[in-house]
Amino acid sequence: MRKLITALLLAVAPSLVLAAGGGIQLDQANVDVSNKESIQRGAKTFVNYCLSCHSAAYMRYNRLGADAGMTDQQLKDNLIFTRNKKGEQTKVGELMKVAMTEDYAKEAFGTKIPDLTVIARSRGADWLYTYLRTFYVDTKRPTGHNNKAFPDVGMPNVLWELQGVQEAEIRVDDKGTKHVESLKITQAGTQSVAEFDQTVNDLVTYLVYMGEPMQLERKTIGLWTLGFLFIFFILAYMLKKEYWKDVH
Amino acid sequence: MNKLLNWVDERFPLSSLWNDHMGQYYAPKNFNFWYFFGSLALLVLVIQIVSGIFLTMHYKPDGATAFASVEYIMRDVPYGWLIRYMHSTGASAFFIVVYLHMFRGLMYGSYKQPRELIWLFGMFIYLALMAEAFMGYLLPWGQMSFWGAQVIISLFGAIPWIGDALTLWIRGDYVISDATLNRFFALHVIALPFVLVGLIVAHIIALHEVGSNNPDGVEIKKNKDENGIPKDGIPFHPYYSVKDIVGVIVFLMFFVSVMFFAPEMGGYFLEHANFVPADALKTPEHIAPVWYFTPFYAILRAVPDKLLGVIAMFASIAVLFVLPWIDRCKVKSIRYRAAIYKVNLAAFVVSFLVLGYLGMLPTTPGRTLVAQIASIVYFGFFAVLWYTSKNEQTKPVPERVTK
Repeated sequence: MRKLITALLLAVAPSLVLAAGGGIQLDQANVDVSNKESIQRGAKTFVNYCLSCHSAAYMRYNRLGADAGMTDQQLKDNLIFTRNKKGEQTKVGELMKVAMTEDYAKEAFGTKIPDLTVIARSRGADWLYTYLRTFYVDTKRPTGHNNKAFPDVGMPNVLWELQGVQEAEIRVDDKGTKHVESLKITQAGTQSVAEFDQTVNDLVTYLVYMGEPMQLERKTIGLWTLGFLFIFFILAYMLKKEYWKDVH
Repeated sequence: MNKLLNWVDERFPLSSLWNDHMGQYYAPKNFNFWYFFGSLALLVLVIQIVSGIFLTMHYKPDGATAFASVEYIMRDVPYGWLIRYMHSTGASAFFIVVYLHMFRGLMYGSYKQPRELIWLFGMFIYLALMAEAFMGYLLPWGQMSFWGAQVIISLFGAIPWIGDALTLWIRGDYVISDATLNRFFALHVIALPFVLVGLIVAHIIALHEVGSNNPDGVEIKKNKDENGIPKDGIPFHPYYSVKDIVGVIVFLMFFVSVMFFAPEMGGYFLEHANFVPADALKTPEHIAPVWYFTPFYAILRAVPDKLLGVIAMFASIAVLFVLPWIDRCKVKSIRYRAAIYKVNLAAFVVSFLVLGYLGMLPTTPGRTLVAQIASIVYFGFFAVLWYTSKNEQTKPVPERVTK
């Protein structure tokens, strides 16, 4: 029996390692959703660089304001760039929709553009952090750029001004698969490498926050609930002891 | 107060119902840890029904708005996220509790004469629960909802002659669509909960008719005192009601820990791909059902032929129904059974866990081989049980329950 269990475990063990590997090595994002300044900076990058094509159609501007400590006026002055049909600025209580139509997106990029509200929950922070920093020049692509984390991606490298131009050293293996060996900035952008990493980290922090705006609140409520249950447990256990003392 | 009770009792058997099922229902006094999971399953059912009612107030069963309505619940409905996580955590908790409850039955022979019907009702509950969970999983209308349902429904297409027509009838369309979502919503919210509750009532009535088994597998009704009360029995209320409260609190500690601190449970309770809206034109890289279905999914994939695989998968559940007749040993509890039964049961549990793990992963030739071995061990449990249980070398069973 024990032999059988060991054999089975040994047989499964390699798949554990494989499951952990999966694709490329991801860089670690340093996300702290309790850091309101980081969320504010990330939101600024988000509305400036992402929100012109990608929507965040389940998220409201004033929810961000309330959670990251911004007044309605601050939201209007710094974050809301869209207008409604009458030409007025989008209201703070509205969802972060995008002006670009689906048809236009299909024509321009050949695909539907994903909504980003919960992107951090499907992709994960580390993947986003890696993806946004690993665009490299590839003249064969229509956008002039390719990506290490998302090969042949349709999205253009929108942050290139900040990061600069990055080139890759590519190795082609026996099967003809391309591997990005290393990346090097060949033309500096407006930010240094460290500054750009910080910008992307703030953006990822914002995306993680936006994926689940109540994530800090739920942990606080969770601690109170566990505390309540702990006290309730003591009382219930004493009650049980009291009743059961005459059962022999 | 007494007068009011008399007034009611003359018109409705309130007191006798209470006494039959709580106040004078005598349960063996030696229940252990494993006996918490029946009442916990009932608790989870209540959690699911209550949280489900509140979710239906805000959810929209419409292909165009379903995904958005779930995010609306998560963001704009006050404490909507709490209710949604309660329901999603509850789904997994239901299966954890039910699997442990069934394992208890296997260990102590609770399916044996005279409790075959309790086991059968229980198996039908398990079946209804799987259908309920499967249909509920389509409702968030994410990629995994969509493609998981697509895979499972296509299994019916393997049935000769009627297969294609049957899948078309189930979906109400040529692909999973708004029509499918609407009917799954109806079944998830009305039809299956009705069936579940009805079966649970039958399960409990049958249990209270014959009385509970216990870790010793001794019939406590064989030893009664002069008042006709089993000597080893204690009234369910207050003894087990106060004991179960302790169990409920410990369970809730685990439950709320998941709900508040890890509602996705690392992608096992809420799969990452399900945060992408359903897209009929984009197949996800890897489609895996939620963890509670994966043992059966692994059996399906272990068989090279599709139809045979489907048959094997259904057989792996169907064989559990006839367990009371496969096991021919008169001794109920594992405590007094031969070593072969203990080893056999352990192998069964290991095979179930291995299959469950493999069912979550993409296949490789090596994994398929392991899944095939584990499937053989799974079915082997029943074959070995049938063969060895007739003349099993059992230990003497005590007259009365032990501590």
